[in-house]
Amino acid sequence: MYEIEISDIRKLSEIVKEKYDYDFTNYAISSFKRRIKRVLELYKFKSIAILIDKIKEDSVFFEEFVSEITVNVTEMFRDPSFWRELRDHIIPNILLNHDNISIWHAGCSSGEEVFSMAILLREMNMLHKAKIIATDIDKSIVEKAKKGVYSMKSMDLNTKNYIRFQGEQDLKDYYTVENQKIVMDPTLVEGVSYRVHDLVNGGVFNKFDLILCRNVMIYFNQKLQNMVLKKLHESIFKYSYLIIGSKESLIWCDIASKFIVVNNDEKIYKKIKD
Amino acid sequence: MTKYKFDRTYKAIVIGGSAGSFQGIVKILSALPVDFKIPIIMCLHRLKHVRNGFVEALSIKSIKPIEEPYDKQNIKFGKVYLAPANYHLAIELGNTFSLSTEEMNQNSRPSIDITLDSASYVFKEKLIGILLSGANKDGAWGMKRIKDHGGITLVQEPKECMIDTMPSAAIEQTKIDHILTINEIIEFLNALHVHIKTLN
Repeated sequence: MYEIEISDIRKLSEIVKEKYDYDFTNYAISSFKRRIKRVLELYKFKSIAILIDKIKEDSVFFEEFVSEITVNVTEMFRDPSFWRELRDHIIPNILLNHDNISIWHAGCSSGEEVFSMAILLREMNMLHKAKIIATDIDKSIVEKAKKGVYSMKSMDLNTKNYIRFQGEQDLKDYYTVENQKIVMDPTLVEGVSYRVHDLVNGGVFNKFDLILCRNVMIYFNQKLQNMVLKKLHESIFKYSYLIIGSKESLIWCDIASKFIVVNNDEKIYKKIKD
Repeated sequence: MTKYKFDRTYKAIVIGGSAGSFQGIVKILSALPVDFKIPIIMCLHRLKHVRNGFVEALSIKSIKPIEEPYDKQNIKFGKVYLAPANYHLAIELGNTFSLSTEEMNQNSRPSIDITLDSASYVFKEKLIGILLSGANKDGAWGMKRIKDHGGITLVQEPKECMIDTMPSAAIEQTKIDHILTINEIIEFLNALHVHIKTLN
């Protein structure tokens, strides 16, 4: 079997960094290696050297490479208990002190999480008060998120999650079926601003009442997690909320002391220090 | 005297299992010596959307507490870990766990292949892989990776398995070191425990 060496991965990351404005140097090795192996298989490249050459000379290919390297497996209402907590406690809490609510989906992937949020807010009759920004490193996935068109197959799981979330309607009230595809109600996200943004190299661009960055930083090593968390910390108002994936933790991070845990099961943190 | 011979120290044991493995796992966990030192990392197929309950069910009879690790948590001696629901569990250089929500492998997340392959890369010949009853072929490739890196491979005796697809697939792909019943696996782990103690 063809073995991908760490030195090959370093070489690839260096070339990407030199030629494009992306830095994969501090991605978690185990998953990054699997993603590269996947790209080699997908394009039938026999070695990483061939992949490196292709990246060097073909910037269109590089965009495809970024799409394939990033993980875009997501669900609507993933972890339904989290969404219930958000609806029943966190958002009401924010709206106690604010007339409006600003939300950033950092690493929005194909947009299922954004639709989940929009449905939740509409059911609370608060969607018109929300300013939502959704970003991802991958240009093509941001386009997909904007369109809100999903496979029939994926709706089975999404529907189960929505039922566990105990929403007020049926999930099917929020989409139509066209040509065997699920087309989400576009009015849900008409106010959402979708942008391409790289958490690693991108700057701090705004401040929010609520940031969702779930299962994004698991693809980074601890050094990079610390760097990104610093940016997320700067992007949240004091006493506002950061939410990460259910099996991520801030405990080991440099910035831990500037947050308190609001809900440990759902990984909801509140910023308490600037 | 035991029939199992060990000539080095081991850094981890990974156990993979799927349909029909629960009873076997519980039996192994209930028979572990209290001071068993080598970390045990379990990757068991489980319901994807039930986050709670599985650790508790396994813990009832387990000698040691079982933890579902967080992303980038350190692997420690004497601990037993279980891959959390709906995440792949991998091992990183530097002995930390790494989680991922990548595509399913063999219709499974967590995938046993991913845990075994990443562990074999980090621990090389100092790894022991155990594959139990199961209804698909996840884990067979991972066992080969362990063998290729010089680690020890064990599979549950297919005749004893409720569903033998998983161990049989591993036996087909790799020259497995030991094909054992659950009782023999327990004997193996006890012999290993004695061996590790003599090293210290």
